Amino acid sequence: MTLLQLQSVDAAPWGDPVLTDISLGLAPGEVMGLIGTNGAGKSSLLRLLAGDFAATSGSVLFAGRALESWPRQQLAQQRAFLPQLSLLNFPYTVEEVVLLGRTPHSTGLRADQDIVRQVLRATDTLSLRNRLYTQLSGGERQRVQLARVLAQLWHPDDMRGTLLLLDEPTAALDLAHQQQLAATIAGIAARGCAVILVVHDVNLAASVSHRLLVLDRGQAVASGSPETVLTPALFRELFHAEVLVQPHPNGRQPLVIGL
Amino acid sequence: MITNVIDRRRRAQRLLLLLAVTLPLAMLLALGSGAVRIAPADTLAVLLGSDRGQATLIVQQIRLPRVLLAGIIGATLAMSGAAMQGLFRNPLADPSLIGVTAGASLGASLLIVAGGSSLPGLVGLSLVSLGAFAGGVLAVLLVYRLASSENGTSVATMLLAGIAITALAGAAGSLLEFFTDNERLRQISLWKMGGLDGANLPRLLLASVVAGAVLLALPHYALPLNTLLLGESEARHLGIPVNRTKLALIGWVAVGVGTSVALVGTIAFVGLVVPHIVRMLIGPDHRTLLPASALAGAILLVCADALSRIVLAPTELPVGIITALIGVPFFISLLRQRHQYGMQT
Repeated sequence: MTLLQLQSVDAAPWGDPVLTDISLGLAPGEVMGLIGTNGAGKSSLLRLLAGDFAATSGSVLFAGRALESWPRQQLAQQRAFLPQLSLLNFPYTVEEVVLLGRTPHSTGLRADQDIVRQVLRATDTLSLRNRLYTQLSGGERQRVQLARVLAQLWHPDDMRGTLLLLDEPTAALDLAHQQQLAATIAGIAARGCAVILVVHDVNLAASVSHRLLVLDRGQAVASGSPETVLTPALFRELFHAEVLVQPHPNGRQPLVIGL
Repeated sequence: MITNVIDRRRRAQRLLLLLAVTLPLAMLLALGSGAVRIAPADTLAVLLGSDRGQATLIVQQIRLPRVLLAGIIGATLAMSGAAMQGLFRNPLADPSLIGVTAGASLGASLLIVAGGSSLPGLVGLSLVSLGAFAGGVLAVLLVYRLASSENGTSVATMLLAGIAITALAGAAGSLLEFFTDNERLRQISLWKMGGLDGANLPRLLLASVVAGAVLLALPHYALPLNTLLLGESEARHLGIPVNRTKLALIGWVAVGVGTSVALVGTIAFVGLVVPHIVRMLIGPDHRTLLPASALAGAILLVCADALSRIVLAPTELPVGIITALIGVPFFISLLRQRHQYGMQT
């Protein structure tokens, strides 16, 4: 069964079309990477799925039901979105920020704190829990915001029916934390959480995604497993870049090398 | 600074308790101070029903409505300020940002210039007060309309529209003051400084009903406000009905601040600084920030009003001067240690 089904979706929230004729299906536990040039519509697609604006035509079904007909709170229990930028400028502690992710659930402080501890551990922010958010570095803030959206969907065993949308979650992360993020995504996907993420590092995208969707000027131009999508021809056409594509030494994915 | 969530919540509870104990004490002392001083024991006796002659008359007829009004208005202004700072995601926002104070001033000036101050009003309210309330609410409606489109209401646009409407109302007010006679100019200027000397029972009742409703309504929005600090989209993604919340917050603040400006004139500073100070002490969680700000605002205005009666007795100073004189040094001392509280702005 598919968790998310888009059928010929167009969107033009500010007049000009930002997404044209997008169709895709996503199964529980599937990880989809969005790649494309700047302004290709990657963030717009995430924001459409996050409900920031509606499709002008076509249909978006989440768990078999039109996205806009979902009750607010129930949807918030099953879908979370990590935006590129955070505006938070009030002195919450890290734990308070992550606890806000539990707002749609009424599970009580004790249960919430238990979940918060797990997501803080998964994002390596447990040692920051009593620090003030406003005094953290950019990468630390990004990990805390990631912990917040994880807390919104978190379940230690079963996360089927949930959808996590991540817009450039690795932008401010160092190498170790990028790898930790990849492991976290694999972990929640194994428990049934579907993930759609925008990542500019194609090798990172290839390593975490089951499937890649390539966007160009609001349209889907390629879709499939990393091996089939990542070809020198794609990079030449789309990014005007010359690359070599080799099998990765780990044998599980292609390796793109810029020339 | 290292802060555990549980410790922070306990600290907030302690502050709430401390403020809740301080407020009645401040009111008791305020009832005894003024041109005629009454000992706290006598004040308490009068409040409990025994007859102490002149003291009974002064406490019951004059000071009690006034002190209670000060408490209610102070609480409303401070809680409204806390709500606006959360809504605008700016710790320096003030209830007057949405145009309510400037609109109310213009409404009051118009009626003073038109000679409305000599005419009878309604239910103990002068025509000038009614004009102020109408002006305040109209200004907010205008600001809200300017900032709304089919995509919802933009808080950033509202801020700018509020500044524009405030400037426009200010210019219109100056124009009125320029052409009016000296006596009315003095009336306008005194009205603007604010004061609680007009307190009487009907006004107190009106304030209790309207401001009481605001004080009961705003805390319901504590959790939505907590998520709004993350950003409007983030709040929406957490299941908060953001547009409805914004409309409700602006509506309640307009009514609360409009009423308080209509009854006691413009009292600056309480709505801006009290929530700011409370946030520095216990953090930005609105579940405790809103009630603690209300209590602290009440205490500040009760004390400021008492001082305004004592300092130059029997002459009374406008209370706005005193709120600034008490609050500003305290605020500056906190600002100097702001990094300790994690404030970046």
